[in-house]
Amino acid sequence: MPVFPVPDFLPALPEIFLGTAAMALLLLGVHQGDRAAREIAWLAIGALAIALALVLAPLVSHGPARQVSLFGMFVTDGFGAYAKVLVLLGSGLSIVMSMAYNEQHGIARFEFPVLVLLGTTGMMMMVSANDLIALYLALELQSLSLYVVASFARDSERSTEAGLKYFVLGALASGMLLYGASLVYGFTGTTNFDVLAQLLANQGTASVGLVVGIVFIAVGLAFKCSAVPFHMWTPDVYEGAPTPVTAFFSVAPKTAAIVLFTRVMVEPFGGLTLEWRQIIWFIAVASMVLGAFAAINQHNIKRLMAYSSIGHVGYALIGLAAGSPAGVRGILVYMAIYLFMNVGTFAVILCMRRDGRMVEEIEDLRGLSRTRPALALALAIFMFSMAGIPPLAGFFAKLYVFLAAIDAGLYTLAVIGVVASVVGAYYYLRIVKLMYFDEPVGVGFDRPIAREMQAVLLISAVVILFFFAYPGLVVDGADSVAASLFAG
Amino acid sequence: MSSWPLLSLVTFLPMVGVVAILVLRGDDADVARNARWFALWTSLFDLALAIAVWANFDPARGDFQLLEEAPWLPGFNINYRMGVDGISVFFVLLSSFLTPICILASWNAVKLRVREYMIAFLALETLMVGTFCALDLFLFYVFFEGVLIPMFLIIGVWGGPRRVYSAFKFFLYTLLGSVLMLLALITIYLETGSSDVREALAYDFPGSLQTWLWLAFFASFAVKMPMWPVHTWLPDAHVEAPTAGSVILAGVLLKMGGYGFIRFSLPMFPLGSQAFTPLVFALSIVAIIYTSLVALAQDDMKKLIAYSSVAHMGFVTMGIFTVTSEGLQGAMIQMLSHGVVSAALFLVVGVVYDRLHTRDIARYGGLVNIMPKYAAVFMVFMLASVGLPGTSGFVGEFLSLIGAFQVNTWVAFLAATGMILGAAYMLYLYRRVIFGVITHEDVRAMLDLTPREVAIFAPMIAIVLWIGVYPDSFLKPMQPTLANLIERVQAAERAHDAKFAAAKPARVE
Repeated sequence: MPVFPVPDFLPALPEIFLGTAAMALLLLGVHQGDRAAREIAWLAIGALAIALALVLAPLVSHGPARQVSLFGMFVTDGFGAYAKVLVLLGSGLSIVMSMAYNEQHGIARFEFPVLVLLGTTGMMMMVSANDLIALYLALELQSLSLYVVASFARDSERSTEAGLKYFVLGALASGMLLYGASLVYGFTGTTNFDVLAQLLANQGTASVGLVVGIVFIAVGLAFKCSAVPFHMWTPDVYEGAPTPVTAFFSVAPKTAAIVLFTRVMVEPFGGLTLEWRQIIWFIAVASMVLGAFAAINQHNIKRLMAYSSIGHVGYALIGLAAGSPAGVRGILVYMAIYLFMNVGTFAVILCMRRDGRMVEEIEDLRGLSRTRPALALALAIFMFSMAGIPPLAGFFAKLYVFLAAIDAGLYTLAVIGVVASVVGAYYYLRIVKLMYFDEPVGVGFDRPIAREMQAVLLISAVVILFFFAYPGLVVDGADSVAASLFAG
Repeated sequence: MSSWPLLSLVTFLPMVGVVAILVLRGDDADVARNARWFALWTSLFDLALAIAVWANFDPARGDFQLLEEAPWLPGFNINYRMGVDGISVFFVLLSSFLTPICILASWNAVKLRVREYMIAFLALETLMVGTFCALDLFLFYVFFEGVLIPMFLIIGVWGGPRRVYSAFKFFLYTLLGSVLMLLALITIYLETGSSDVREALAYDFPGSLQTWLWLAFFASFAVKMPMWPVHTWLPDAHVEAPTAGSVILAGVLLKMGGYGFIRFSLPMFPLGSQAFTPLVFALSIVAIIYTSLVALAQDDMKKLIAYSSVAHMGFVTMGIFTVTSEGLQGAMIQMLSHGVVSAALFLVVGVVYDRLHTRDIARYGGLVNIMPKYAAVFMVFMLASVGLPGTSGFVGEFLSLIGAFQVNTWVAFLAATGMILGAAYMLYLYRRVIFGVITHEDVRAMLDLTPREVAIFAPMIAIVLWIGVYPDSFLKPMQPTLANLIERVQAAERAHDAKFAAAKPARVE
């Protein structure tokens, strides 16, 4: 009788735990009903915290050593751990922000945190994928959860439309990715990242079929992280989805997708950097420029944030275009800072309520510094940070990607990037202008802000404002794990 | 020498005031009154610290002093490095001298959101002083560009009717220049392997790279300075900014451009500077003559002084790029002098603006009859701006011209005509505002200077005369530093010429 080898499940413990927790909470939810939505949300946050501890525990005990398990499907390394921490933080903060909103809008259902947990499990597996098949499975687990979450306000026309749109376009992207993966398999005979890396490192040049396969995979991944020209779903979905869901979309899945993008390009296809660099170069430039110009005319703040996030993806991809350890470090630092800027901004957006209803026009922010000074100050900090003005954290995010770009000799890319950031600064400043230069109209926003929202706002504002005082925590970590990606 | 981290103290002391003002509680009137006093005392303490920096500064040495270093990003060799030399120590003094004056000048003029206003000015002081003390490329950039945030808010929140347009123009113009400089800073950092300014100053960059880096820095400093033709943000920003905002803008922010040229462009890229000297001279001359003519045609007092700033800064850029001892000293004195004189002129305008709420020159006239003290104060600064011997303006312009004469007679000749034009527009302004008969009845009701206003102007007059009569106390400490700088530039040029001469015969054969 053949002995079926039992793989070492230990490296995947955080993912296994999170998946199990999601199912347990689902059972609990079915039993308790929507009355227990808030408790389940807190339990989900607890599960995310435990998963975070499980991600960090091996790092503390025996360093960020690279370990491949589950028949070569699954890899754990410092790079993945860094990204998982970001994903878990993003998901956790999104659930925190969703609680009050969901209750106010009558959509406080227990499925919400469960779906977020399942999506997060998918994201963590994406980050750890070491095989095209594992990549696809993880991506689909994530995407399917996100489609449902996007249309979570099921009585809202906008929300269901957003979910449907996201689903149709997302399925198309998944199809392209799968097609690309099949081409890669067809021309190399393997789907495993390590084998691919060895093969391509020795081969030097690539066949046309393989390059086409890589392009299709890049298209699928560019779609998932909403980079131009595969961004068209982003504004509609961001606008239509319930605001906490938009906040969630803009941080956790985006981080996971960019990190996955980085791993796929750098690890298996690292030998072909010169072949794919021009694709990434173009995507980065197009995202930065479109993100900067298209946001200028937006009136809806969620749409504006959608274009802003497209622009930020462009900046993060500069790091990938550099294709060096410095570039990967830049990506990680960028995503870490982006997480806090975005969570903070959405926390403010969630506070934009008048007479119990959400308002989403940026005009509604008029005179906010008079009616709600603290809220206006927080949003001003986030806006200046997004524009990349020192001493706020957003400046350092941009500094590290530009450092990588110039190090790699990508001068044109860097110049386009900084010029686009000046254009982008305009629309961020416009929000500051509305809040500080203009007089308030009508009644102020509703009070009070839920306690947990105050905490989210305070934490993100402090992180962004005082990042400059101790940047080492984020940067040194990213620096050490970025090198690990190139060691293999 | 004290072992205190004096430069960090002088840089970050205003932030203590910011925190104190932030925690103020009470009704609006109480908060406003306390915020004013807190801000004033903080800035006065800071001035005292800046004077302590000056006292501890050894004028005989030409290197960086009062050094501080602390790890910031040690793995990258990017550290928190502070230090001053004979160039920067005066800008530290200038910044901390003008801030209490700004706060005093806004005492009654600013009634809305006093707390935020005072916070903005104190934060601005930290950023300005930090810019001049930073000895690390990235630290410098953080301070240099951070200035934009409080200034944007000062213009936009407390400015005039077109404040939104002006604030955006100011911010985006300067940002565009600065981001290109950021790329240059990154390139320097990657080239030298360190972000230490001292290492970059000692490093010999390859010739072609120098050209690009020089242009990138030029993009930033020329906008900041501002040089013609990228000066157009300045009149807008000045006209719309509140009086104290104009004072800081003209007094300190413009000097950041000149400081940048002296600190970075000239010593780091001597070959690039040499190649572009004709361009700088041409732009300086255009600035001096053209903007002086524009100033002659202005009806708005603030706009007139703003254009005169562009013209005066033309002397500075001209003096710097002569790379002569006289030219550089002249440029430095001209910057310090302009920092006080133009600041004072904006305050002078602010005095009548507070009373009549218009800057239209035609609305005034005959003020000498009812405001004799005001007329006297105005005259001192008007003459200093014109460059009357005995005032600070004379020393600056005269030395710059001597420097220019040694390099290019035509440049000196054309710049000297600018001095005449400068006298023309300032005297014309003075005649229209101060002399003549009173034609508007509301002017007759205007009160002369209050004791608070006298307290503002008295130290400024003292400094203008001090620099004018005994410039040595300012020139002495900067001479060793400037001598080092000139020596470095000339050595680089000699080395370049020697290489060229060595290569030439080979090509002939």
